[in-house]
Amino acid sequence: MTESLLCELSVPGRKGVLFPKSDVPKASLPANLTRQRLPLPEVSEVDVVRYFTRLSQLNYCIDKGMYPLGSCTMKYNPKINEETARLSGFANIHPLQPVETIQGCMVLMYELQEMLKEIGGFAGVTLQPAAGAQGELTGVLIIRAYHQSRNDLKRTKILIPDSAHGTNPATSAMSGLEVVQLPSDANGNVDLNELRTHCDDTLAGLMLTNPNTLGLFEENVLEVIRMVHEAGGLVYGDGANMNALLGIVRPGDLGIDVLHYNLHKTFSTPHGGGGPGSGPVGVAAMLVDFMPGPVVDIIEEGDDEIPPLFGFVMPEKSIGRVKSFWGHFGMMVRAYTYIRVHGPEGLRSVSEHAVLNANYLMAQMKKIYHLPYDRTCMHEFVVEGRWDDAPDIHALDIAKRMMDYNLHPPTNYFPLIVHEALMVEPTETESKQTLDAFIEVMEKIADEAHNNPEILKTAPHTTPVGRLDEVKAAKELVLCCGLEFPPRERLLPDKCST
Amino acid sequence: MKIPADLKYTKNDEWIRVEGNVGTVGITDFAQEQLSDIVYVEIVVEEGDNVSQGDSCATLESVKAAADVYLPVGGKIVAVNEGLAETPETVNSDPFGAAWMVKIELADSAELDGLLDAAGYEAHLATKA
Amino acid sequence: MYIPHTEADREAMLHTIGAEHLEDLFQDVPAAYRFPKLDLPPAITEMEVMMEMQRLANANESVSDLICFLGAGAYNHYIPAAVDAVLRRGEFLTAYTPYQPEISQGTLQAIFEYQSLIAGLTGMEVSNASHYDGATAVTEAVTMAYAHFRGKRTKMVLSPALHPHYRETAETYNHGTDVSIVKPDVDLKAGPDALLPWIDATTALVVVQYPDFFGRIYNYTSLAEAVHAAGALLAIAVNPLALGLLTPPGEFGADIVVGEGQPLGISLSFGGPYLGIFATRKDYVRKMAGRLVGETVDTRGQRAYVLTLTAREQHIRREKATSNICTNQGLMALASAVYMSLLGKNGLRQVAELCYHKAHYAANQIAALPGYSLWTETPFFHEFVIRCPIPVADINEHLLEHGILGGYDLGKDNPELENCMMIAVTEINSKEEIDLLVETLSEVYHD
Repeated sequence: MTESLLCELSVPGRKGVLFPKSDVPKASLPANLTRQRLPLPEVSEVDVVRYFTRLSQLNYCIDKGMYPLGSCTMKYNPKINEETARLSGFANIHPLQPVETIQGCMVLMYELQEMLKEIGGFAGVTLQPAAGAQGELTGVLIIRAYHQSRNDLKRTKILIPDSAHGTNPATSAMSGLEVVQLPSDANGNVDLNELRTHCDDTLAGLMLTNPNTLGLFEENVLEVIRMVHEAGGLVYGDGANMNALLGIVRPGDLGIDVLHYNLHKTFSTPHGGGGPGSGPVGVAAMLVDFMPGPVVDIIEEGDDEIPPLFGFVMPEKSIGRVKSFWGHFGMMVRAYTYIRVHGPEGLRSVSEHAVLNANYLMAQMKKIYHLPYDRTCMHEFVVEGRWDDAPDIHALDIAKRMMDYNLHPPTNYFPLIVHEALMVEPTETESKQTLDAFIEVMEKIADEAHNNPEILKTAPHTTPVGRLDEVKAAKELVLCCGLEFPPRERLLPDKCST
Repeated sequence: MKIPADLKYTKNDEWIRVEGNVGTVGITDFAQEQLSDIVYVEIVVEEGDNVSQGDSCATLESVKAAADVYLPVGGKIVAVNEGLAETPETVNSDPFGAAWMVKIELADSAELDGLLDAAGYEAHLATKA
Repeated sequence: MYIPHTEADREAMLHTIGAEHLEDLFQDVPAAYRFPKLDLPPAITEMEVMMEMQRLANANESVSDLICFLGAGAYNHYIPAAVDAVLRRGEFLTAYTPYQPEISQGTLQAIFEYQSLIAGLTGMEVSNASHYDGATAVTEAVTMAYAHFRGKRTKMVLSPALHPHYRETAETYNHGTDVSIVKPDVDLKAGPDALLPWIDATTALVVVQYPDFFGRIYNYTSLAEAVHAAGALLAIAVNPLALGLLTPPGEFGADIVVGEGQPLGISLSFGGPYLGIFATRKDYVRKMAGRLVGETVDTRGQRAYVLTLTAREQHIRREKATSNICTNQGLMALASAVYMSLLGKNGLRQVAELCYHKAHYAANQIAALPGYSLWTETPFFHEFVIRCPIPVADINEHLLEHGILGGYDLGKDNPELENCMMIAVTEINSKEEIDLLVETLSEVYHD
């Protein structure tokens, strides 16, 4: 498929867009600070549009088909969200405008804070964190600040179940806390005996993913939270799996003290090939003062005739700001739109159908793939991508072969506690027909694994490119196309390195 | 898989060869196989550093994994294998020879007693399989 | 809508599962808390939500309704139509992170282009696939410098002329760790040399901005030499659009270039999502957090792209990763790549020059007004500070009545800059608009 790079398409003198000539007298350019060379391409608008369109067609995407990606909640992204986010009154607002000129934005943020509080059962919500990982960091910093404010300085230990997302330990380490891993028991729950041994006065908190990354609802969740609270610790909830819980149970009601939401998972904002995300954080009452800010609040009460005036307020003992400005507002508009068209019953229906779809797939998949934890799952489940009687086949081979059937593979090799894991999350937006077609492919691949393993080992066959030489990529590190525009000669890959 | 008889081993898959009061440290054949193609080696200690048993002395990266190499004993670093950064694949091809990582002057030779011998290491690997 | 199930589907699926009702699937959830009644507004249709959102949007006054001279870290530029046309392609918009390279070459090659364009623009050797925004890119530079010196150097000197949000973010991230974020107490009018006394053998990183928060531009070559002589690293936070005209920081000897990528074709959107630029020298690439795309070949011998150096990332290194970053700003990086391609070598230079000339015209006109003077005495790019005869809040209220979004009130966070307004001018502002600003400013004082 090799698509030429921009540096190879560049022709001196071509322009992609014209700007008006200056209508003011020219000032002299800064001496010593004017650059001599600007290595950017020279291409026309047609070149640019065709180039990126051709590139786009090499991608799989949710608009094309299903993404059964466990822990990532790749649901359909409603088109109306894109329209509302692009309304000029949202897209063309400067972040530092006087509050009187931005009451529409403020109302939207305030209402979204209120809705997320209600959905999660929390006393406060900050919309500032840019993504799930930053929401997590925010949550852990809040926990640390809470203990410090009580002069409870011994609390430096954070417990993380072995089934947790990889970001959890990285986040805790960034906040200077000591990470202790908790094993799971035979049913995929937190091992209570092990937990008990860590519940002492050095416990800062527990990071709980519920449903966990096996897709199982923590059967002892109330007991786990009670034990941590009794030891003086706080419980952080990883909200990446909220798609199982909307209108089903509120994490705050269970006793979870702080939780991040992923607007780009649960609330349908698009993944954009890796971001932007948005990771608001909800907290229990005693943590409201520690939230990063500013957050939106009413700064002048209204009356029957005048609406209240909304403004930004910094929480009293705030951990500080975690990014520029107020958060990913464009993502907030999309999530708000999504919540409004669903309403309370619609949100519950989202989670009910996400769980229905997962259990439906699991019931059929377990006939052909080994299911290590056989219980009713929530919105996702994990099977093993291996068979004793097909010893050469790994989860990776199954994943790659799925691409030949126009499917995106499930998350593989995660969670780490399952051998050759294939983690499947269909989401509620897939129909029975789509799921049946998925099962049919998984049956075919299982059959091929036993009767024609070579076709899996060499898969994918029908994609724009085959398996890649990742060792070469990591060793040679060709990370940009070379800095000459246009190239002195047509650049070959081995000459592209800087 | 090779497990040379004249070396001492850790449960973390490091080996040490002691000559006089100086130990040479690297990772085992088993470890390199687990990591697969090593693409990067960074020695994180310098000649002259005083280090303790269990300190990290190097970081290895393959395409899919990363691992720290921990010192089997404490003491003073007397040499590091500078060339390894240029030829990380040596860790795969010659883990017990050219891919040594650091040489260390032992502070307390009693620390060696807590390490495994070849038979002990082989038995330890058997429990992992 | 978005849930396609019919009653018949549900029954058939429940039958396969062996359950009678949907509710039966939730037995593991404690009964006392199961199925709470959510107090949320009732559902409305797509048509109604569009009307509601339009009403909210119309309650704002946008920079299309107003004449905008506000900057301070986010700038109003023209975005060519082709940028959003590419962004709206579902293949980019609704794709996942390109962990499966065989079916993600579009995203991967586009990021590779982004890395190349940023490297060229900044004069650095490598760029990552982006961070959240300018502020988090600065804090990632701090984290990288700390890791580079393996914790042996802990002092981070952040220029007082750095965007306050950037510094505040770095402080939040590093509070309670052994990293110390230092803000030298120097005269705001002093140049970069004033930072020298603050740099010593414990300094890991010095961060300056270019143009700085107040719009000023300095040649940082001698600062880079001093920082390197002290054994530390230099990070320069840039406005990438200014680099269409200005000497790239790579030529000054910067070790890390970070910046807010919003000016490169990303809408203001009330503050986000934006784009965190992060570029460095090849020697430091393994200490750089964030995603990175590299070139390689596939089994069929074709040139192709793949996420590389992933072993550094959180999902593999877990608690040993230097950063927990997971998402990047993929779509925003794409927007900026399309923008940079469209404008290209000549267009980006032209836009940067338009900003420069118009800002200087505005500054000269305002400086000539009675009661006003230029606080900015050194070269600047497209943003400058004026000292006003009356409080900035009062002036801005008056400007707003005339449909003008006035500049940033610096006195709000800095008593030393009371009555100082920072004005940004871009290619969008016509001479007539600038003249109207000048005229209105002059009226305020005569009022």
